[in-house]
Amino acid sequence: MVERVLLKGNIAIAKGAIAAGCRYYFGYPITPQNDIPEYLSSELPKVGGTFIQAESEVASINMVLGASAAGARVMTSSSGPGISLMQEGMSYMAGSELPGLIVNVMRVGPGLGGIAPTQGDYFQATKGGGHGDYFNIVLAPASVQEMYDLAIKAFELSDKYRNPAMILCDAILGQMKEPVALEEAEEVTLEAKPWALDGSKGRKPQFLKTLYLSDGEQEAHNLELKEKYDRIREEEALFEGKGLGDCEIVVVAFGTVSRIVKTAIQMARKEGIKIGMIRPITLFPFPASIIRETAKKIPRIMVVEMNTGQMLEDVKLSIENGVKLGFYGRPGGGIPTPEEILKEIKVMLDEEGF
Amino acid sequence: MVKEVTKLIHKYLRHDKKFPHVWCPGCGNGVILGALIRAIDRLGLEKDEIVLASGIGCSGRMPVYVDFNTLHATHGRALTFATGIKLAKSSLTVITVMGDGDATAIGGNHFIHAARRNLNITAIIINNQIYGMTGGQSSPTTPYGCYASTATYGHIEHAFSIAELAKTAGASFVGRGTVYHIHLLEKLIKHAIVKRGFSVVEVISNCHIQFGRRNQMEDPVTMLEWMRDHSVTVEKAKDMEAEALKGFFTIGILADVEKPIYTEEYTNIQKRAKLLNPL
Ligand SMILES: Cc1ncc(C[n+]2csc(CCOP(=O)(O)OP(=O)(O)O)c2C)c(N)n1
Repeated sequence: MVERVLLKGNIAIAKGAIAAGCRYYFGYPITPQNDIPEYLSSELPKVGGTFIQAESEVASINMVLGASAAGARVMTSSSGPGISLMQEGMSYMAGSELPGLIVNVMRVGPGLGGIAPTQGDYFQATKGGGHGDYFNIVLAPASVQEMYDLAIKAFELSDKYRNPAMILCDAILGQMKEPVALEEAEEVTLEAKPWALDGSKGRKPQFLKTLYLSDGEQEAHNLELKEKYDRIREEEALFEGKGLGDCEIVVVAFGTVSRIVKTAIQMARKEGIKIGMIRPITLFPFPASIIRETAKKIPRIMVVEMNTGQMLEDVKLSIENGVKLGFYGRPGGGIPTPEEILKEIKVMLDEEGF
Repeated sequence: MVKEVTKLIHKYLRHDKKFPHVWCPGCGNGVILGALIRAIDRLGLEKDEIVLASGIGCSGRMPVYVDFNTLHATHGRALTFATGIKLAKSSLTVITVMGDGDATAIGGNHFIHAARRNLNITAIIINNQIYGMTGGQSSPTTPYGCYASTATYGHIEHAFSIAELAKTAGASFVGRGTVYHIHLLEKLIKHAIVKRGFSVVEVISNCHIQFGRRNQMEDPVTMLEWMRDHSVTVEKAKDMEAEALKGFFTIGILADVEKPIYTEEYTNIQKRAKLLNPL
């Protein structure tokens, strides 16, 4: 039987993590994600797990790296300023191919910024973020249900590809409550991790590293990583399509703002304007091919984000010449209304003489 | 009639811009700000000579309310900004205000190295034994066995003493006061500002909202009484047995040593460098 409960988004992520077999959490407080460490500090001991409040985010992510190296499912969570501090550890995790979940409940930046919802960390999340030639797997939920589901999915992908995974959301998703269908609690059996540092008795010692000094070794390693990212791009892109069959314009939006776009779409339908939407669920891998294919049929795309145009660049890279591309963004904690979005879409359609 | 002290405080506040403040009713932060302003006023320092730099936290809001040269920057990093400011403009009186989490968790490394480096900076550390701003998570000074929003079964880590840490790391002046012993607090801050070298004033303060409520001290008065009943002056502690001091903390001047300050040492380096390698 599936249990439906009313949950806050942050708690849904924490519950999803436990359901996925995550037993270690290391983190440092920062608003608006404190529900995650607070909940896990009282829940993890009940399932035989461990919670540590680290002395900083630099400490947190490197504790994550350690537990991951020992083969455990492990996570941390933070927001803007803390996520920036974690970039060091994330780069090392990517380099030594260690899985782990990092949750970013975004807040406004640059700098300290307020805790209002925003999507300003898109670049940092999807383009690597730390030093070196790497990518994180990035998932962008748009409902509390997805906060739960994608937490589980993130652990699966992260283990499958031995690569850090990130959930990118904001205070609206983290703080609001919605009903969530929870998976039936069952023992999670994790796939063996033969690469883990779990004691070398009876087998050859192995080690995890990011330093490759002999000629061409580092290049070969980076090319192997690239091959892995290409596979991820090939096989794991996820999106939600809406009204793509009969629309005259397509909006691309992720996370919180995609829900506002949905309302704008409903309003528009009443006025006889047909708008479709592509909502990337994975931001890395970016669902480029659906956007490319859709734009061939409907060559009008409007990107809506809560920043000054970051995913916009990935959409630009996905489409071919001749597609009309518009953008509407509200940065710094501004939340667009459905009316505003609809107005912008109408302006774009009018310009084309629709 | 406005009391003299109130007038004095208003002289230093950005009261037309930044109020009401964010602190909860009864918060110790206001008491500390008052003591800081009185100390600065009694020392006869001009507003424009003072830099007040802070990290992030409830305590970190302090510079926002006062009309000095102020910098409200990154969580844990106040002392690194202060270092830059002091080196670039050593004539300024540089004071930092930090919370216990700010100064000793995320900023712990900067704290011990600032003490070791011994620039002429004053660090006021408000120890309310908890993360106030983010909602009552444990801090490096949360006592063993106490409760916090991330220590719901009781804290199993041990607190360290900020003042002792400062002493060991090499601070020139270390004092500990409380928001209950208000005259002592003002004296310690004055002393710290005048002292040439890295000076630390640890202030035991009350966060009855985030710490007190979780630890059977839900109102400010109970917390002030706790400070009164659990503190012993350094002078009195000298004649007490270790056993008798258990459960008490000392207040007063814990260290006051003379050593060359960094900027003086560096001036010598500059002279030596010029002598050895004339341009
Ligand atoms: C890098 C980073 N991590 C976390 C935070 C969130 N944060 C703001 S204040 C604070 C701690 C507050 O506790 P404390 O320093 O003891 O000061 P108080 O609020 O109690 O005065 C934290 C963790 C932040 N702003 N930046």
